[in-house]
Amino acid sequence: MRLLWLSALACNGNAHTLLNYPDFERWQEGFEWLYHPLLPSTHTLLEVEEGIDGVEVLIVEGTLEEGMIKNSIPLQYLLERYASQAKWILTVGTCATFGGIFARGGEDRNGVHFSGGERLEEFAEFWEKSISLPGCPVQPEILAGTLSLLKEASPLPLDRMHRPKYFYAYTVHDGCTRNEYFEYKIDEHRFGRLEGCMFYEHGCQGTFTHGSCNKILWNGVNSKTRAGQPCMGCTEPTFPREGLWRTPKHMGIPARMPLGVPRRAYLSLAGIAKAFNIERFHRPLLEDEDG
Amino acid sequence: MVTMREEQTAIRKEKKRSAIIKEALRLFATKGFYSTTIPDIARSIGMSVGNLYNYFGSKELLAQEIIRHISAYLGARIREINESDLSVQEKIRQIVGIYFRTAKMEPEMIDFFLRVYLSNREVFHEGCEGMICVNEFVTEIMIFFDDGVAKGELKNQDFFSAFGLFMGYLGGMVFLNGERILPKALDDYVEEISENIYNALKAS
Repeated sequence: MRLLWLSALACNGNAHTLLNYPDFERWQEGFEWLYHPLLPSTHTLLEVEEGIDGVEVLIVEGTLEEGMIKNSIPLQYLLERYASQAKWILTVGTCATFGGIFARGGEDRNGVHFSGGERLEEFAEFWEKSISLPGCPVQPEILAGTLSLLKEASPLPLDRMHRPKYFYAYTVHDGCTRNEYFEYKIDEHRFGRLEGCMFYEHGCQGTFTHGSCNKILWNGVNSKTRAGQPCMGCTEPTFPREGLWRTPKHMGIPARMPLGVPRRAYLSLAGIAKAFNIERFHRPLLEDEDG
Repeated sequence: MVTMREEQTAIRKEKKRSAIIKEALRLFATKGFYSTTIPDIARSIGMSVGNLYNYFGSKELLAQEIIRHISAYLGARIREINESDLSVQEKIRQIVGIYFRTAKMEPEMIDFFLRVYLSNREVFHEGCEGMICVNEFVTEIMIFFDDGVAKGELKNQDFFSAFGLFMGYLGGMVFLNGERILPKALDDYVEEISENIYNALKAS
């Protein structure tokens, strides 16, 4: 399967993250890079500008900016040409998907199909063959896995933002090792520590962020929440939210509820859970039991 | 499948249970928790002590059921207000109105809350930890505050600072009324008190 990678305003985090895919060497045997900014490719960027054929998957990384020139020609021109040619378009990372961090730094910046959560008209004709792979960066398993599924022509159910459900139907809360603290509404967290849930005070967005971070661990070993840092909601159109390390609240009640949970249901359960003072959850996990 | 006979028995038992709660509530609220005995309650509704124990295993469990009953009663009424399209200011007026109306029409409910639930905490330590037994009521107050802040009409502050101001004020007024200290009827205070609460809680 032949791939073309085009970068817009990007930190190249997504290009790099793919290199961390554990099975990268064997995986890429099934693909040909027509162009990739870091990997050996069939063509140079100059040749891509002049025009190449045979693109099956166009991969876009980075935020689009109106009037942006890629080397010597408008990026928009390149995108239109290769989007028309490709069978699939992947917007890789939150910048290419929703605008992300770089959209905050200037005017007229957005993702390929979205500005935040709002659908754009500009590339609407390509929407049906577009797949969104947000994340800051995307998890390498998601990018490699999606491309493998496309290559094998396997079914790839998508959500309404065209994120593959295999990876984004879950929330980051799924698989979080702090679930017991969440259940009993115990924060008492300090950054980097094993104990405590970060939803109540520390801005954790895991309960309403679509992603597989606690299901497919980063580098096979860890996730933000496991390491003691709140989920920043990086796969969502709202990323980056201001004040990432504090929970916005209304009179002590988290302003945003876990995904799909009505406020009354949450508050009823929270009131009951908070009433019990369970000693184990207030002790450091690694403390001696006699101590 | 439930037979008609079983259904009738269940209805009869539920009626009996409600009668016990109602009478125990009246006695606890007027005589106090410790001065009221299970035989007193049984005698008042004409049932045997043994049968009453079939419904509630202890006086403490009965008291806990009563506070849940009161919380559900007030919670359901505040929920209706929360689900209405009224302004925050009008909602405050409605909540104050309901609280005072309950104090007037069902005085034993508020009396039980003030004179038993708040005064005899040891009765509620096991089974009513934290605010479990008043959860329905407190949840609705939380939702009221939460909506008010989300709409920008109420100041975003510590929950208990706001809760204490609102409920402490109402409880205090009902207490004064119960002691016959207030020169006017409770209803006459609704407007002024609602305005005071709104002014204290509103966003600047």
